[in-house]
Amino acid sequence: MADTLTTHGNGHAAHHGDYLDDPKGLASWLTTVDHKRIGLMYMWSVFFFFLVGGIFALLVRIELLTPKQTIMTAEMYNRVFTLHGAIMVFLVIIPAIPAALGNFALPLLLGAKDVAFPKLNLASLYVYWTGALMAVTTLALGGVDTGWTFYTPYSSTTGGGVTLMVLAAFVLGFSSIFTGVNFIATIHKLRAPGMGWFEMPLFCWGMYSTALIQILATPVLAITLLLLCMERVLSIGIFDPQLGGDPVLFQHFFWFYSHPAVYIMILPAFAVISEVIPTFSKKTIFGYKAIAFSSVAIALLGFLVWAHHMFTAGMSLFAGAIFSFITFFIAIPSAIKVFNWIATMWRGSISLEAPMLHAISFLLIFTIGGLTGLFLAALSTDVHLHDTYFVVSHFHYVMAGSNLIAFLAGIHYWWPKMFGRMYNKRLAAIGAALVFLGFNATFLPQFVLGSRGMPRRYYNYLPEFQSLHVASTIGSWILASGLFLIGAYLLASLRQPKSMVANPWGGRTLEWETDSPPTTHNFEGQPVLQHGPYDYRANPAPVGVEEHIH
Amino acid sequence: MSTATHTTSADHGHSPFLQHHFRDMDQQFNTAKIGMWLFLVTEILMFGGLFIGYGIMHASHPQAFLAAHHHLDRTMGAINTIVLLFSSFTMVMAIWAAQTSRKGLVILFLVITLLCAATFMGVKYSEYSHKFHEGLLPGKYYTHEGDTVPGQFLFFSFYFMMTGLHGIHVLLGMVVISWLIFRAVRGDFGPDYYGPLDVTGLYWHLVDLIWIYLFPLMYLIS
Ligand code: HEM
Ligand SMILES: [Cu+2]
Repeated sequence: MADTLTTHGNGHAAHHGDYLDDPKGLASWLTTVDHKRIGLMYMWSVFFFFLVGGIFALLVRIELLTPKQTIMTAEMYNRVFTLHGAIMVFLVIIPAIPAALGNFALPLLLGAKDVAFPKLNLASLYVYWTGALMAVTTLALGGVDTGWTFYTPYSSTTGGGVTLMVLAAFVLGFSSIFTGVNFIATIHKLRAPGMGWFEMPLFCWGMYSTALIQILATPVLAITLLLLCMERVLSIGIFDPQLGGDPVLFQHFFWFYSHPAVYIMILPAFAVISEVIPTFSKKTIFGYKAIAFSSVAIALLGFLVWAHHMFTAGMSLFAGAIFSFITFFIAIPSAIKVFNWIATMWRGSISLEAPMLHAISFLLIFTIGGLTGLFLAALSTDVHLHDTYFVVSHFHYVMAGSNLIAFLAGIHYWWPKMFGRMYNKRLAAIGAALVFLGFNATFLPQFVLGSRGMPRRYYNYLPEFQSLHVASTIGSWILASGLFLIGAYLLASLRQPKSMVANPWGGRTLEWETDSPPTTHNFEGQPVLQHGPYDYRANPAPVGVEEHIH
Repeated sequence: MSTATHTTSADHGHSPFLQHHFRDMDQQFNTAKIGMWLFLVTEILMFGGLFIGYGIMHASHPQAFLAAHHHLDRTMGAINTIVLLFSSFTMVMAIWAAQTSRKGLVILFLVITLLCAATFMGVKYSEYSHKFHEGLLPGKYYTHEGDTVPGQFLFFSFYFMMTGLHGIHVLLGMVVISWLIFRAVRGDFGPDYYGPLDVTGLYWHLVDLIWIYLFPLMYLIS
């Protein structure tokens, strides 16, 4: 009996439609409450905005090719980098892994039929689209030139579409909160029978801690942005010093959200990497509990360090020293994870498939990004490095490099599960290499630029900085070509017939127990967990699947 | 090796309100409760931001806040506090009535709750229009004359932000309660199924609670 259960993989596809085709038609997608379809729609949206944000990035880099004007005016430049930042942060990096991959994979990994609140899930997608539409509309209103952080008092007085952009971020915050609420409830209540908290795949712990931050931090951003709108529309006087307000209050509020939010961007990356590394090392993850708890520790510690973004904003030396001190602690849980991943790979039988290639580039890039955080966390060096390209490079390493490369790892990992097709593995290896090289070529020079004093967000610069800027711009083209290549072979794979086996990578988590692509209801019955997620012993127990309930 | 385990849930197929991804009604009910609690946490944090902002501005402009709060009508505020507290009570009673299969009482208590909410909004309306009339408005729209302490508009900036956001929550609550009344009339609720009443109740208590903090903070400064 056990055999028929574990091989049930593709066998049933004939009489149960897979979720991609059953039911058919655009309307069925737009009204679906299936988490897998919602995940895919998020994924396509994120790809789209990644393209838009990426084009803005290339424009910024081209402008910086020469010390003086290259292709656009200074006003244009301000708008382009603001849109680049706002789109990438609010529309791409924050939703990429949780909303796209998380929605697709989380219920499958838990052995659940869906997330806890399927309708809320669909609502969050529509809220996302609404926010995205508002953000893009600001282009028609003359754009936004404040930078993605919307610092007051400039943001409360400058023209253009700032009010609409800020409202867009407010709306997008709700989408993020909905997803967070949904994931926490799902993890608490919908785990398969037999799956204790410590039998959950680590991806779920990552989503759980991300969701914690989403619900604890996003409301603070929401209210801050609302106050900023009121400031602009009614001059309520909260941030405007001329009316008795306090502009630094905005920074406190903003970073009380946005520092934890940087972990909204990195914890999901950890989550993906924790799945990919054991699968392609064929080894039980090293230090399961350390990885699980360090995610939660990061989520909570993240709330104590916001003011390290404001060392130079007129804080008292004492407060600065305290915040600097606590900031150093944040590095510890991340270091624990890196150690555990490397220990997992140690003496594993590693196969260098595309997801694993991205995971390895993640390890290198994240280490650089994390370590440079320490330079910024130290009060004395930050005074020199603050608002220079060093900071730009630091956060690109951790946000773009780590988050997006982990996203790519996850996409390549679950692609066969999502679509039942495999991409061209040769091209995938080339793509991973191009992204890694291009990324480092773009951002390593920026560390040097920053440490030599090149300020961020400047339109023109001194001629001696030019060679490094040129290197960085060329790097951006290599990066872009890698990403285009990846997009191309992924799309090309969709033209093949669906022929994927249930478990192409030999993974041990529940999503590999069902068809590729899964049926509409995920599993034939209710799976009951009989072994842990990283059980790579020679003869592990198979997962039992209950017979049809619904 | 493993064996497949059959669990035929007792509730399965019995309640038309069981959604397909839950195993039984209990699981569905508890999940909804967790969801609502999490949502309430976000609400508290959102209002928390406003409370902190209010506290900071109050600390830096104490005289202006003290002077400005005299323009608020304590009696109106007190009436609204009592009305909301009472509506929280009737909300609880509606849940109790559902648990004990008293359909008529469910409807009655929900209607009373809705009427209380409407009363609250009515009182707010008359307070607001009075303020509008006197030019006691936020920010640059503040035109009140004869103030002795400058900067009183800051108080009203917060007054309108906080009571306004709270008012929106009351309105939302009214929409949801009306929908509950509709479902109660249809006969959806009983001892086996009262989840929507329960989670709406949680929400309604929070709206009540926030007002209980707003009232002394704004109306009773000393
Ligand atoms: C792990 C993921 C991390 C992410 C996603 C991240 C993200 C960011 C971002 C977005 C900024 C710049 C914000 C801006 O001004 O536009 C930033 C700055 C900063 N980061 Fe990180 N960071 C991470 C890790 C760390 C670590 C581990 C530390 C310290 C141990 C750190 C310390 C800092 C400091 C002090 C700044 C402020 C620099 C300044 O503006 O002067 N970061 N980070
Ligand atoms: Cu930070």
